[in-house]
Amino acid sequence: MASTPTGGVARRTLSVLVEDVPGVLAKVAGLFARRAFNIHSLAVGPSEISGLSRITVVVDADAKLLEQITKQLNKLINVIKIIELEPTNSVQREHLVIKVKADAAARLQVTQAVELFRAKIVDVSTDSLTVEATGAADKLDALLSVLEPFGVREIVRSGSLAISRGSKSMTEKISAEKSFK
Amino acid sequence: MLTTTTADHRLYGPGGSAAPEDVTGSKAIIRSLEELGVTDVFGIPGGAILPTYDPLMDSKKLNHILVRHEQGAGHAAQGYAMATGEVGVCFATSGPGATNLVTPLADAHMDSVPMVAITGQVNASVIGTDAFQEADIVGIATPITKHTYLVTDADEIPRVMAEAFHIASSGRPGPVLVDITKSAQTAQTTFAWPPKLGLTGYKPVTRGHARQVREAAKLIATSQRPVFYLGGGVIKADACEEFATLAETVGAPVVTTLMARGAFPDSHPNNVGMPGMHGKVSAVAALQQSDLLITLGARFDDRVTGQLDSFAPEAKVIHADIDPAEISKNRHADVPIVGSLKEIIPELNNAVAETFAKHQQPDLRAWWQRLNRLVETYPLGWTTPEDGAIAPQQVIQKISQASGPEAVYVAGVGQHQMWAAQFVGYERPRQWLNSGGLGTMGYSVPAAMGAQVGSPERTVWAIDGDGCFQMTNQELATCAINNIPIKVAVINNSSLGMVRQWQTLFYESRYSNTDLNTSLNPSGEEVVRIPDFLKLAEAYGCVGLRCEREEDIDSVIAQALEINDRPVVVDFVVSRDSMVWPMVPAGVSNSDIQVARNMTPEWDEED
Repeated sequence: MASTPTGGVARRTLSVLVEDVPGVLAKVAGLFARRAFNIHSLAVGPSEISGLSRITVVVDADAKLLEQITKQLNKLINVIKIIELEPTNSVQREHLVIKVKADAAARLQVTQAVELFRAKIVDVSTDSLTVEATGAADKLDALLSVLEPFGVREIVRSGSLAISRGSKSMTEKISAEKSFK
Repeated sequence: MLTTTTADHRLYGPGGSAAPEDVTGSKAIIRSLEELGVTDVFGIPGGAILPTYDPLMDSKKLNHILVRHEQGAGHAAQGYAMATGEVGVCFATSGPGATNLVTPLADAHMDSVPMVAITGQVNASVIGTDAFQEADIVGIATPITKHTYLVTDADEIPRVMAEAFHIASSGRPGPVLVDITKSAQTAQTTFAWPPKLGLTGYKPVTRGHARQVREAAKLIATSQRPVFYLGGGVIKADACEEFATLAETVGAPVVTTLMARGAFPDSHPNNVGMPGMHGKVSAVAALQQSDLLITLGARFDDRVTGQLDSFAPEAKVIHADIDPAEISKNRHADVPIVGSLKEIIPELNNAVAETFAKHQQPDLRAWWQRLNRLVETYPLGWTTPEDGAIAPQQVIQKISQASGPEAVYVAGVGQHQMWAAQFVGYERPRQWLNSGGLGTMGYSVPAAMGAQVGSPERTVWAIDGDGCFQMTNQELATCAINNIPIKVAVINNSSLGMVRQWQTLFYESRYSNTDLNTSLNPSGEEVVRIPDFLKLAEAYGCVGLRCEREEDIDSVIAQALEINDRPVVVDFVVSRDSMVWPMVPAGVSNSDIQVARNMTPEWDEED
């Protein structure tokens, strides 16, 4: 069983290993809606085991609610495993792509800001630059606040991806167990 | 984080085997059901399930009962499951056939009823095109079922069917929907049995944690005012006998919730009654004044706890349940025990006996003295109606007295349900069926039908209201044609009685839309019967009886009990002013329970 989480309302990250079958994302997302759990972000993609997907879901919850979310998720037949990734012992990353106004006059300033944040320019036109950045949420928020004064035309931002620090893998015990599909 | 236990992937059913044979997907469905040991199915055919109804005709093991509405099929499957403990099965076609199953699925989900619903779906090639009779039933049913499957490949049918029955019947039981496309039903496949189950992510814990069981025993040994708070899980786990032993060992009072009526005999002196909104004063007090709730297979439903913050304020909580998500969901558990009550209860009994032997058995005499005073002072009862009509409670009590505990009692939802929970004497598990969590009006007749099919040797009473009865009484046709001789007692107060009671108590007797005109006009001055339940019964090939005078109750019940070759409908015309008491008004503390209008019990003995 989960070690009982502690504390008040905070942003918490769960990594959920699910069977990659049709409808599984709907089942997970539907559970959040039905139980009135608030999703901050959700990202889904394949895992290292064929037939299993990994969903990273970020929620605002206190300890009691997080426990209930975890238990309810565990009841879904297609959910294989859930771990909470705490900020102190995990790497958490989001991806941001932003199209910002940058005419000749502003271009240099924008470019400097991009360099400062170790972001990257991926597309250029006469009056705009498209910038991509990867990082923790607060870093991306900071980049955004610097670029906003120039005029933001479009933002696209991924949900958070997270992985534990150290050599351990969430699927260690599972990969030996059996094949999926 | 993940609980690791040995998954009990025992295949549901008799455990036979079958050599591979080339069949259609439809035949694979029927063969799977046969191998799973299914004998009775309730359903209605339609376009998308048509292929499966063809091989069904040739099955010598499956008895299909053609119902009149899919909701009837779903509740019948529930009633069958609740009466027998086996998985109930129903069939429906795609689109409207499937959506008509929504209410029974939700009902079974709330009350943890093992059932499998098999629906036809449009051809895989047209899914998503808004084809004729297409509905995303998997999407619709996912939040109201334990699990759902969409099968588009005929080869998957045996595995999915076996998984569906395993999921429905194991762990915390519940409904599983299997939606199978018409193209999968008509495709060729190979059928062999048993299939290999997947279900890596499904591992219900059955064995309770030994240390927690010892902790529980310790709490029991040191508590002064313990109470067993028994839920429907005790019946689902088939652990009533085991519990009876534990109850003797501990000697604490027992309350049986609405879903647990019959889990422990009403006649046992330790049974202080049903708790909750319409609970017995002694049962409500036993929880409220307790210092230790020994919670077994119950879920702290709002109808039991009343205002949660003030519920059992001095009690520590032992909570044993097969569903870890129920632990500390509503009320914090000091000692959580996850597992099957069938295993936990005997272990707890041993641990308690050991602890008592080592130390001393707590002296519960003061606690019992307090509760016994309440048992004696506040028994369940009723006042004679002022309008001269029959008291509904009396009818139900007399039905119980005449039919005994071997009969099955199936209620709808409302006043008659509460009276049936209060005034029928429950002595055995599976004697009482009702829609507890969802509160589905119309549950009674079809569920009674399913219960009767599952237990043909028993007398089955549908105790129904005149409102509920009109929601699903079309299944009387099914009962009459298929020799399913249920007995329906319509507790006819000519109104939506429970709503009317709330209007009386909380809306200044403004009766907005609660008159049904099934025995009286709204002013109560004129006899109106729309419909006339006697004629309706006869139109459906049932025997119709009517009882309007107190002195006739016994003879009419006796008459109904004598008829066993067809269904009987008894129209008991009762007072519409009778109310369900006691009552804890919504949103207040259980300590504010009223035994009658504006009358609260004296909690403490006068010196």
